[in-house]
Amino acid sequence: MKYTSQDFKSDQEVKWCPGCGDHAILASVLKAMPEVCEELNINKEDLVFVSGIGCSSRFPYYMNTYGFHSIHGRATAISTGVKVANPKLSVWQATGDGDSLAIGGNHFIHAIRRNIDLNIIMFNNRIYGLTKGQYSPTSKKGIVTKTSPYGSIEEPFTPGNLVLGARGTFFARSLDSELKLNQEIMVQAAKHKGTSIMEMLVNCVIFNDGTHQEFAERSVRADRTIVLRHGEPMIFGANRDKGLVLDGLQLKVVTIGENGVTEKDILVHDAKSDDKLPIHTMLANMKYPDFPVALGVIRDVEDSTYDENVHKQVAEVKEKAKISTIDQLLHSGATWEVK
Amino acid sequence: MEHKIIDTKEVVIRFTGDSGDGMQLTGTLFADASALYGNEISTFPDYPAEIRAPQGTVAGVSGFQVHIGQTEVKTPGDFCDVLVAMNPAALKANAKWAKPGASIILDEDSFDEKGLEKAGFKTNDPIEEMNLKDYHIVWAPITTLTKESLKDSGLDNKAIVRSKNMFTLGMCYFMFNRPLHFTEAYLEKKFAKKPQLIETNKKVLNDGYNYAHNIHAIPNTYRIEPAAQEPGIYRNINGNQATAWGLLAASEKSGLPLFCGSYPITPATVILEELAIHKAFGAKTVQCEDEIAGICTSVGAAYAGNLAVTTTSGPGLSLKSEAMGLAMITELPLVIVDVQRSGPSTGIPTKTEQTDLAQALYGRNGECPIMVMAARTPSHCFESAFYAAKYALEHMMPVILLTEGFIGNGSEPWKIPDVSKYPAINPPIINKCEGKFKPYERDLERWARRWAHPGTPGLEHRVGGLEKAENGSVSSDPENHALMVANRAEKVARVANYIPDLKVMGNQEGDVLIVGWGGTYGHLYTATKQLLDEGKNVGFAHFDYINPLPKNTTEVFKKFKKIIVCELNSGQFVNYLRGIHPQFTFGQLNKVQGQPFIVKEIVDAVNAL
Repeated sequence: MKYTSQDFKSDQEVKWCPGCGDHAILASVLKAMPEVCEELNINKEDLVFVSGIGCSSRFPYYMNTYGFHSIHGRATAISTGVKVANPKLSVWQATGDGDSLAIGGNHFIHAIRRNIDLNIIMFNNRIYGLTKGQYSPTSKKGIVTKTSPYGSIEEPFTPGNLVLGARGTFFARSLDSELKLNQEIMVQAAKHKGTSIMEMLVNCVIFNDGTHQEFAERSVRADRTIVLRHGEPMIFGANRDKGLVLDGLQLKVVTIGENGVTEKDILVHDAKSDDKLPIHTMLANMKYPDFPVALGVIRDVEDSTYDENVHKQVAEVKEKAKISTIDQLLHSGATWEVK
Repeated sequence: MEHKIIDTKEVVIRFTGDSGDGMQLTGTLFADASALYGNEISTFPDYPAEIRAPQGTVAGVSGFQVHIGQTEVKTPGDFCDVLVAMNPAALKANAKWAKPGASIILDEDSFDEKGLEKAGFKTNDPIEEMNLKDYHIVWAPITTLTKESLKDSGLDNKAIVRSKNMFTLGMCYFMFNRPLHFTEAYLEKKFAKKPQLIETNKKVLNDGYNYAHNIHAIPNTYRIEPAAQEPGIYRNINGNQATAWGLLAASEKSGLPLFCGSYPITPATVILEELAIHKAFGAKTVQCEDEIAGICTSVGAAYAGNLAVTTTSGPGLSLKSEAMGLAMITELPLVIVDVQRSGPSTGIPTKTEQTDLAQALYGRNGECPIMVMAARTPSHCFESAFYAAKYALEHMMPVILLTEGFIGNGSEPWKIPDVSKYPAINPPIINKCEGKFKPYERDLERWARRWAHPGTPGLEHRVGGLEKAENGSVSSDPENHALMVANRAEKVARVANYIPDLKVMGNQEGDVLIVGWGGTYGHLYTATKQLLDEGKNVGFAHFDYINPLPKNTTEVFKKFKKIIVCELNSGQFVNYLRGIHPQFTFGQLNKVQGQPFIVKEIVDAVNAL
């Protein structure tokens, strides 16, 4: 490989709190980038990191690539402009649950709908960190924060459900501490043509410590999460003895070896078929304790991208056009001469 | 009645009817035919915000005024010589715009009891009720005659009735001695795929012409000889189209692909629509999910190295405020076109005003000066848009170009410029540098930073909304912040070294200097002419550049005893001038009615000083 992760590291001091999950995501990205450049056959200067506002949005400063730290909620629109202006660039976006789902919700869903070739890493810590602890659109109902001193009365978004509802072509989920899995997801997202949403469940040690703990805690993680990989059976558990099956129209957790269930009965993950959208949606919506929380690439289907189509249309029109200079344009249509 | 042909230098005609009556098209065709005939023209579309307001009501009246003449047609005219009213509501809403004794052509068929009632007439004699007895009223059963004309055409009743505007147009062509062939050629092109409609429209047009000729109810017809214009090739152009083309010209000159992120809004939408047509020039248009995305996609495109543009009107400019600040602090080239309309909030969306100036100058958080330009006339939008792009690109900053509904929608004949004579555009693009690239290092003349496009090896850098040091690192150092604020302001101020001097029309020194900016140019010009003809000692200075002001502004102001600043707001420009030039006393003329000035208002105000 032509790069090492050190090549992508900037000289800026990383200013996240000690113990913040964002450090692990940065480490994952730095590790993934050499492989991303290799896979896409691009150079370091072809990478652009865009962000909005929030703790996670400091990200571009820590990458020694082109970077744009923009304004709250608008990163997706800025990224869209960058990518449409120059589709040769590999555009990455760091955003948070507040940045992308609250103030930037509109840009987020429309980028997904258009399927612009962006790689969006959403740091979901279920809290507003930079403004020092207010509930976010993914905070659990009942959470006590500075703006919900008597408990939040709002129901949260499940980001994956929103992404798939907005006709997302790529959705993956992971945990801050799963460095290997993160790297795997990031490379797959880079290769995916279209909007790739990577939801990273990160821990905010200061304002929302342990928010994902009930399933992310190391000692219970294997039993309470499931790592999905395309073409592999949906098996999980410390003993690799639990799996998912379809029971009528619903998913169901079963134990292999119990009630005559064998490995053959377990569903095989198909991330690539568009017609598996209902199952992708069910997987993205699985919540502990009824289900394991799904990690890995849940959906990765092919579709044409917006940026590609913009340029295709420009090329098509150019080819057929009779007018190609401003001078010709000015003289087109009805004109008359005064002598 | 004896028929006379009157030779005249100019005439104003106002087409009015229900929004569904096709008056905008009728007016446009009349204007185009006149321009192609060689007259000077100026047009003013005056239509309601509702696409189809309740039929027959005053709220649903749509109008289109055309001023045609031999020379110096700079405004659509204050009052009309001929008013066409397709229904009672149109008469009710527009009779006030007819000159005393003007001809008023009415579609007799629509003046039934129901029609009169809908328009709010209390009696069945609208002429008496509106005191129009001294006007020359031409009652023509236009609907009936159109039906008769097309009874064997095979068209259904709805389509037939819809053709009545062509009948009216034919009548007007007779009245004004206009040749029909320009409009016939238009119909042939427009309906090339529906030959039946070519024939039916032509027939109605000709029948209208012949009817007007035969009835002898029209006492006078007018002859306006072609204007004595400067030699050259001419075309008609409206302001929004000219803006779009000016941006395309800047794209061609700079060699940078055009990117336009926008959201549809009245009356700016046409610029986005026009750019969307011209993909052959490599223009990319993104119809965004909202105004904010419109500007933010453009900021992203600017960062990536395109000529980036966003277009909007009043409320959209409000939504773009924060991102304008981002473009300003990241020092990226961006053109923001604001086609002003009546505000605040949604206001009167289809009516014209100059009420966004203060917002353009100041409407952002923090110390955020932005270059502000304004276009004078529909065709001037071309040049203005070109230069807005040139300044944005060469000085690495956002530029706001203010136009107005009045000039955006209005059209005029335009001597096609030789674009090869337009200046080159040379943005400070950097491809490599010695040592570490400092994104906020400045060139010592323009004070602009350099533009490193992503994809360029070795120049990786970060920009953003947080204050930066020269090397691109985030900095909250107090001295650095003060320096960066001053640097960004200095860069805008230095544009004054690159813009043309303010010119004065009329007397170069004297009693009164008439001052204006933007789309009031035509009215102010005409008023100044009139005052000069009356022997008044006046001059007229029109500002195309508002921030910064031309360098000779003080010199110009000094030469007049009195200054009157005329604008379609409550005094936004005059107050700006008072802040910068407190040594002068400024009078002011203001109008905030969603309507352009009328020349008489300006003349009276100057005479009253």
